[in-house]
Amino acid sequence: MEVKKRIGYLPENPPLYNDLRVIEYLDFVSKIKEIPGNRRKQAINEAIEKAGLGEVRRQVIGSLSKGYRQRVGLAQALLSDPEILILDEPTVGLDPRQIIEIRELIKNLGGEHTVILSTHILPEVEQTCGRVVIINQGEVVAEDTPANLTRRLRGTERTIIEVDGNETDLNAVLSGFPEIVSSTIEKLPENNHLQVSVELSQDIRKDIARALIERGFNLYELRKEAYSLEDIFLHLTTKEEVA
Amino acid sequence: MKKTLAIFQKELKHFFYSPIAYIVIAAFTVIAGIFFYLYLSSFVEAAFMAMIRAQQFHQPQPKFNVNLQVIRPYFWNLALISLFILPLVTMRLYSEEKRAGTVELLYTSPIQVWQLVLGKFLAGLVFYIIMLLPTVVFMALLFIYGNPEIGPVISGYIGLILLGAAFISGGLFISSMTENQIIAAVAGFGFSLFLWIIGWAANFSGPGLAGLLNYLSIINHFEDFAQGVIDTKHVFYYLLFVTLGVYFTMKSVDSVKWKA
Repeated sequence: MEVKKRIGYLPENPPLYNDLRVIEYLDFVSKIKEIPGNRRKQAINEAIEKAGLGEVRRQVIGSLSKGYRQRVGLAQALLSDPEILILDEPTVGLDPRQIIEIRELIKNLGGEHTVILSTHILPEVEQTCGRVVIINQGEVVAEDTPANLTRRLRGTERTIIEVDGNETDLNAVLSGFPEIVSSTIEKLPENNHLQVSVELSQDIRKDIARALIERGFNLYELRKEAYSLEDIFLHLTTKEEVA
Repeated sequence: MKKTLAIFQKELKHFFYSPIAYIVIAAFTVIAGIFFYLYLSSFVEAAFMAMIRAQQFHQPQPKFNVNLQVIRPYFWNLALISLFILPLVTMRLYSEEKRAGTVELLYTSPIQVWQLVLGKFLAGLVFYIIMLLPTVVFMALLFIYGNPEIGPVISGYIGLILLGAAFISGGLFISSMTENQIIAAVAGFGFSLFLWIIGWAANFSGPGLAGLLNYLSIINHFEDFAQGVIDTKHVFYYLLFVTLGVYFTMKSVDSVKWKA
């Protein structure tokens, strides 16, 4: 009971009563969340303001759009001014503008509350979270800040080079660089270009570029493959499956 | 208690914000009204015929009793209509929360199970009492144009409310086990009907079993109330029934809570 008072929870489907008005719903929630009578009105108004519900406060919940329903759910979770706010997939089913608004809102809430955000949308995590826990089949496989998780994968970071020309010449150029740890060459079917994926011990991209151009190759692409959380997620969870 | 009240208010709002309340009340009033009209008109007709016959043959006028011939069968009828209508009242009481996912809100709120269940039960009971109000008007007509005894009317209503409370607690229990309103309604109706007719089986069974079946039958206990007798034995039966119904609902709600 004590714990429940300190938690605000927004399930995946916001728990709303479609036939109540927004304000009646929040009033009901405030009663069962034990918000004392003298603070109730203020708490409701604050939650409405934080969630941006001012214009629909007198509307019946059933008539609201998905985005507003999500906000009502969020207002409900915020109502008791909880220390911990648990949000389960808060942006599912929203249009892009609503998603941005909700994420902005969550980011702002981070200042006052501890927000636990559960989601499958990894860019969302990159944008909003300070700490990531990846859980695969009930086990924690990684727990760190997004930046650290990315850094952890740097060891196997690869550089992609796309050129045209012939494979033997290309191999000759590449073998001139001791910094290249390993490389795989692949012919792209759509334009007969060669795509090389190399692992570098140091960042010598500018030297590779110059060498290739001096040998008469046309350089189309030279990029460092940046790992997103999605790659990290795949990496961690597939490793787990293999083991 | 405050939170029980909050649940209670919310449930009453649900009833009256959705069309179901008005449909149920209208249906109940119309059916009850038709039966009232039929009983009363046949009573008046019989009384009138008897009066004319008495005048023709210069006999003393026979006594006709409104309580016995209108009010008593009328209460039986109200009880029967309640049996049909109340599952429609209780069907959504809990199952709707499950279907809409609002149970998650209730489970993560600092509210105790008994507050939740009691609030919902009371809301159902109060709705039932509101549903009975139009029939008071019919009774009032009898008092305006005749002079029935008031005692059996009061005891009849007490009996109806106790019977209704029993149906509601049973229906609430069934509603707490499913997230489908139709299943809740049909199962609630079947459950109530089963308890109603279980007394009939007593006619075909041995003395020991017959006593038990007669005791279990929900309608046998109503008989005395309709006749104007308030027997604590029967009051106790209904209160026990309600207590068990509410208790099992709490257990059912609790078990789901741990499963989830």
